[in-house]
Amino acid sequence: MLHQLDISSARQRLLAREITSVELVRSCLDRIESVDPQCRAFLHVVAEQALAQAQEADRLLQSSDRNKPLLGIPVAVKDNVAVVGEPLTCASKMLERYRSPYDSTVAEKLKAAGAVLLGRLNMDEFAMGSSTEHSAFFPTRNPWATDRSPGGSSGGAAAAVSSDLCLAAVGSDTGGSIRQPAAFCSCVGLKPSYGRVSRYGLVAFASSLDQIGPLTKSIEDAALMLQVIAGPDSRDSTSEPALVPDYSNQLDRPISGIRIGLPKEYFVKGLDPEVESAVRQAIETYKSLGATLSEISLPHTEYAVASYYLIATAEASANLARFDGIRYGLRVPGDSPHELHANTRGQGLGPEVKRRILLGTYALSSGYYDAYYLKAQKVRTLIQQDFRKAWEQVDLILSPTTPFPAFPIGKMTDDPLDMYLSDIYTISANLAGLCAISLPCGFTRDPKLPIGLQLMGKPFDEANLLRVAQAYERNTSWHNDKPDLPSP
Amino acid sequence: MADTDFDIDYIARLARIHLSESERQVYASQLSKILEYVEKLKELDTENIPSTTHPIPTINVMRPDVPATSLSTTALENAPEQVDQLFRTPKIVD
Repeated sequence: MLHQLDISSARQRLLAREITSVELVRSCLDRIESVDPQCRAFLHVVAEQALAQAQEADRLLQSSDRNKPLLGIPVAVKDNVAVVGEPLTCASKMLERYRSPYDSTVAEKLKAAGAVLLGRLNMDEFAMGSSTEHSAFFPTRNPWATDRSPGGSSGGAAAAVSSDLCLAAVGSDTGGSIRQPAAFCSCVGLKPSYGRVSRYGLVAFASSLDQIGPLTKSIEDAALMLQVIAGPDSRDSTSEPALVPDYSNQLDRPISGIRIGLPKEYFVKGLDPEVESAVRQAIETYKSLGATLSEISLPHTEYAVASYYLIATAEASANLARFDGIRYGLRVPGDSPHELHANTRGQGLGPEVKRRILLGTYALSSGYYDAYYLKAQKVRTLIQQDFRKAWEQVDLILSPTTPFPAFPIGKMTDDPLDMYLSDIYTISANLAGLCAISLPCGFTRDPKLPIGLQLMGKPFDEANLLRVAQAYERNTSWHNDKPDLPSP
Repeated sequence: MADTDFDIDYIARLARIHLSESERQVYASQLSKILEYVEKLKELDTENIPSTTHPIPTINVMRPDVPATSLSTTALENAPEQVDQLFRTPKIVD
């Protein structure tokens, strides 16, 4: 049952030579074989390669290199983060046969830290979606209830971590794509501040919003993973030049006196009563730990979804212009270059991606730019100002991660706007460049579905975010519950 | 205004996406509904509000201008068609 370990405990046992990396990796591969047919979190597993990396890790564990922070730890990567030689499909027909010619900075750092990479995780096509149903290959299913969505777009990552297919995963978050699936599957999902982690080698969706971050089984592991992947990178000029603090050694500092804000606009109609009650319980836990809780206002919250979906789609329409059938990916012939482009994109892109490119193209088109794109960017400034005012009163902001728990597969696909509106609690952190985390805070009764608690922090204040999240985790046991997946 | 002047064919042409007849109809109606929703931004007076240009203000980020390894011909490995270490494209100019 080694696959059930989290990074921190696996690492201790590896260093104590109680287990080997090969045993650990084999346990995950066996687990993938037995339960992933039910969840379908992986698009591609590189078993042989992983075992070879594990053998190498076991060799290093006997050497002076044994202190690498992830040495011998099996992790998996969302299929939009490049790992040299491996597929990078973004769950799209457009890139079905694409292989990464180089490593992303995050992959380089994971490898340098000694991690063993197990394979590629399913997602909504090009990270556009909140359910992983928009994968062009197959939907991923929620390990807690396989008729439900694991969330998205990093649904494969969340399902894989919560069903113990890997010890941790790397995902990307443009409007909640790490936090929302983490909430739906009961794991920890961290979206670092804009600029904290290099995006070199991440397939771009909306460049002013995208961030890479970890999905883990514990807060301690999230701190460890962030430590490995964070930092400035000359290949990503939006990465923050300031040095990365030590996240792990601050985790256990007491939180008494910390000021936590509760945005009144987040506790409104549309919030599922069981979700609300779990979050209210968490508020009581924080009070008992000595935190000061107070109501705050983020008055422009109701405009966030509209602003986000104009900005994100506008940026997507520009970023995805690169899929032109010329340099890489699918090519569908046509009688003229224009027809070749249009045929390639017509066949290679799925419905949600087309919808968003069309919306973004419209928002940027001549005559509409001021009314849509520019307006949305001005409203974004107002949303950022809301947070700046809030930081004068509080250190962190607490809310539900999602308005409701995991929904049945197929329920939200008819009306794209309904799906967009469900991102209401997560997208503001992206618009304002904040760091934010989702952690398990309970379950609904029947069916038993995970509930996520979100904490948002000031840009580059991950240390406090993780410390306050850790205080909650240490005083609760939600993170110990596991989905009941029958293994045949 | 949104649902009357959204010209799906014009936008699809700008976006270089071929749409089938059924796609045209579905997307036109879905996008009209989404555009109707985003109209709510007009409720806000943003006359004197600057637009966001970067999520977190940063000054210019510089790096030393030194040569480094690049992808070279590996960049061609994913090309749908290549010839003589070049991307092959359909004829662009007559």
